[in-house]
Amino acid sequence: MQKYLIRKIKDKIVYAVCLICVIIAIIPLGSILFEVIKNGLPALNSDFFTKGPGPIGESGGGIANSIQGTLILIGLTSLIGIPIGIMSGIYLAEHGNNQFGRIVRLTNNVLMQFPSIVIGIFAYLVIVLPIGSFSPLAGAIALAIIMVPIITRTTEESLKLVPNTLREASMALGIRRWRTTVSIVLVSAKSGVITGIMLSIARVAGETAPLIMTILGSQWFFSGLTEPMDALTLRIWRLSLLPYEYAHTMGWGAALVLIILVLSLNVSARILTRSRYRVKV
Amino acid sequence: MSPDDVFKYILGFISGIVVLTLFLMVLELFRYSLPVLSLKFIFGINWNPVVGSEEYGILPYILGTLVTSAIAIFVGVPISLGIAIYLSEMAPNFIRTILSFVIELLAAVPSVIYGLWGLFIFRFWVRDFIEVPLSKHLAFIPIFQGEPFGLDILTAGLILAIMIIPTVSSVSREVLMAVPDSQREAAYSLGATKWEVIRLGVLSYAKSGIVGAAILGLGRAIGETMAVTMVIGNAIGPAALPTSLFKAGQTMASLIANEFNEADPTSLHPNALIGVGLILFVLALTINLLAQLLIWRILKIKEGAVE
Amino acid sequence: MDNELISLGSKAGSQQKYGRTYKIEIENLSAWFGTKQVLKDINMKIRANAITAIIGPSGCGKSTLIRCLNRMHELVPSAKVSGKVFLDGIDIYSKNVDPVVVRRKVGMVFQKPNPFPTMSIYDNVAAGLKLNGIRDRKVLDKLVRRSLEQAWLWDEVKDDLDKPGSSLSGGQQQRLCIARALAVEPEVLLLDEPTSALDPIAASKIEQLIVSLKRDYTIVIVTHNMQQAARVADYTAFLYLGKLIEYDETSRIFSNPKEELTENYIAGRFG
Ligand SMILES: Nc1ncnc2c1ncn2[C@@H]1O[C@H](COP(=O)(O)OP(=O)(O)OP(=O)(O)O)[C@@H](O)[C@H]1O
Ligand SMILES: [Mg+2]
Repeated sequence: MQKYLIRKIKDKIVYAVCLICVIIAIIPLGSILFEVIKNGLPALNSDFFTKGPGPIGESGGGIANSIQGTLILIGLTSLIGIPIGIMSGIYLAEHGNNQFGRIVRLTNNVLMQFPSIVIGIFAYLVIVLPIGSFSPLAGAIALAIIMVPIITRTTEESLKLVPNTLREASMALGIRRWRTTVSIVLVSAKSGVITGIMLSIARVAGETAPLIMTILGSQWFFSGLTEPMDALTLRIWRLSLLPYEYAHTMGWGAALVLIILVLSLNVSARILTRSRYRVKV
Repeated sequence: MSPDDVFKYILGFISGIVVLTLFLMVLELFRYSLPVLSLKFIFGINWNPVVGSEEYGILPYILGTLVTSAIAIFVGVPISLGIAIYLSEMAPNFIRTILSFVIELLAAVPSVIYGLWGLFIFRFWVRDFIEVPLSKHLAFIPIFQGEPFGLDILTAGLILAIMIIPTVSSVSREVLMAVPDSQREAAYSLGATKWEVIRLGVLSYAKSGIVGAAILGLGRAIGETMAVTMVIGNAIGPAALPTSLFKAGQTMASLIANEFNEADPTSLHPNALIGVGLILFVLALTINLLAQLLIWRILKIKEGAVE
Repeated sequence: MDNELISLGSKAGSQQKYGRTYKIEIENLSAWFGTKQVLKDINMKIRANAITAIIGPSGCGKSTLIRCLNRMHELVPSAKVSGKVFLDGIDIYSKNVDPVVVRRKVGMVFQKPNPFPTMSIYDNVAAGLKLNGIRDRKVLDKLVRRSLEQAWLWDEVKDDLDKPGSSLSGGQQQRLCIARALAVEPEVLLLDEPTSALDPIAASKIEQLIVSLKRDYTIVIVTHNMQQAARVADYTAFLYLGKLIEYDETSRIFSNPKEELTENYIAGRFG
């Protein structure tokens, strides 16, 4: 009898502990959102969005060049990463049931959790060193290596959800396998594929480490593929290291812009597919 | 060759690019770090990039990485497991949906923002609520010695713990959900309480998958750069040896981030940093493969492929 | 006696319940999954120390019915129950009865053997005992052995007690599950198609085992196999579309059913 009481109490305690774990996890998110909004809002003004940074140590100026850099990076990365990601996703879903497919899948899984700074070093070694200068291209290639596995995985998974009967029906009409894949299977899986693309963009937009050794960061707006460039994430980091109050405010402001970009991509991706294609990034 | 075959081979070739990339990555990292690779590199504790008296020993940073990751695992994994249990075994459906969403958002926050928050907010929480009390009462224990400052190994480890929670909890949740209901029923039918059902029917079944999730978290923690760089205090050389939790330290990743742009290309400094990258690569690869293996096995059981 | 169900601790085995003819009395029992009603106003009295079989076509609610007898039905999130189920005269659905205690008294064996795969054979059997606070190794040893003997498994596994439960054959696993259920000394044993996943030889062994258990337990068995019902059961209930069509002594049901539906089903004309 007493023992049973203890068992029941234990049951309740475990429930409470699990609930506390949930709360502990939510607190940082709540605090981060709160602080970023509270400290970032005062930084927002028209200069902030239209100008580059002023001389170090003087307040004023903005982060327009960093926003531009991030957008350019997203563009370049997508140009490289989306086609490769989608194509390898298609390969894995439609033809990937072999040893080679398994190796590709494993590699993608490994890269998905890989230290991004190591990927940055790699891009430095194969792009920056040979061309002799920091380059947005090197940054884009590093980010593409992060992007491809995410898109590959989502594409594969959403293609696999397309019922086989659809493929069979199409091929029964005499349509070739590859046409079927492209115009029937891929099209009916498009919302899953788009979700993957959005999530991967959100992920690369928030990357900092691989940019350090590829685009370096800059005070100026984009000035060519063989010049250093800035990005929001790099700017946040550099600003946080400066010993000036105004710099910290601008850092929070940049963080606000970044977090809005990243979270809105994430939220809309999830709404788009209502958790039908769930993917860990 | 039919058009279908051409299509297939082109796709296959493209999807092989990632494999090639990974290969090339090892090769390049190895090539550039060859000049510094030696036992002294791995076990040395001095770090001096001044040309003429160059010396590169990375033991403090290896240890820094291991200690911060260990803190992350010790703190982050139990919390993640609690979340996973709550989500898979206890939460009503609508709460489960909302919470999973919130945790996915936690995963989406860029690490530099964790760093910013860590530097200006979280650091003071750690200092005031954890370090000060610990150093007041437990200062006789070596790892709690030193003046609490908040920019140190403990803060870095704790911020890593927060950052691995989304990964570890969502993978563990998937593993728990893959446990067949027949296991839960078996425990229920013996007259088990909810917790006993979880313990007997669920956790014991899902053990290896949970270990896999934890190892995946470890992989994350080891490679995480920005947040750590911003809160760990960035010590160098023997000073970076993690002898106390309240001391500034340095991880392999933060060292690379801090010094890469300052390295003199005519010295061995870049090679040494690339060497650190190589060690990180090997560590991350090993950990990742192990995690994949464990998780893959347990999720496979769910699909009925393995009994 | 009230306290016995509400609390735990009494070791009252069914042997001590002489005199009570009916172990379980089901009154106006209805059950739902969401809005779908799968049991409709069932009334039925189950005799102590006898084997009662429940037969009926697939989907008619057999599993649901026995899962209502140990309050396992309500574990499905959308599930609902109304009506009463008396165990030794106490309604297990009344407010102050704890389902955990009910399940401890009413054991269950499932269609697909479900041993805890990572636990050893010994630990599988001991699992329920440990829940109830039995830690003494000697007592555990004794009870584990007794349960395995009762389940006719002892001779086959006595040298491999520390091997994992999943290493046994299907039929052995099912007997392990029976041993695991018996270890906590339930009063009633519910079996949901316990042999349908097994080969005929393993199945026949389990059938004989079940018959041997009725001296000590009240047994309710769901089966698809009418020969099986005829062979083992003292009483048989025929369920159709959630309704109890006919319930009588097995010999009567099979030789001389009152209802045409029962007759058709037994003759194999549907289901
Ligand atoms: N979890 C559930 N959710 C919703 N409906 C269910 C669920 N389980 C069973 N049902 C429905 O309830 C009805 C009764 O199911 P039950 O499992 O009791 O049938 P049964 O007689 O045991 O069938 P079988 O012989 O196939 O085991 C069926 O129509 C089934 O579709
Ligand atoms: Mg059934």
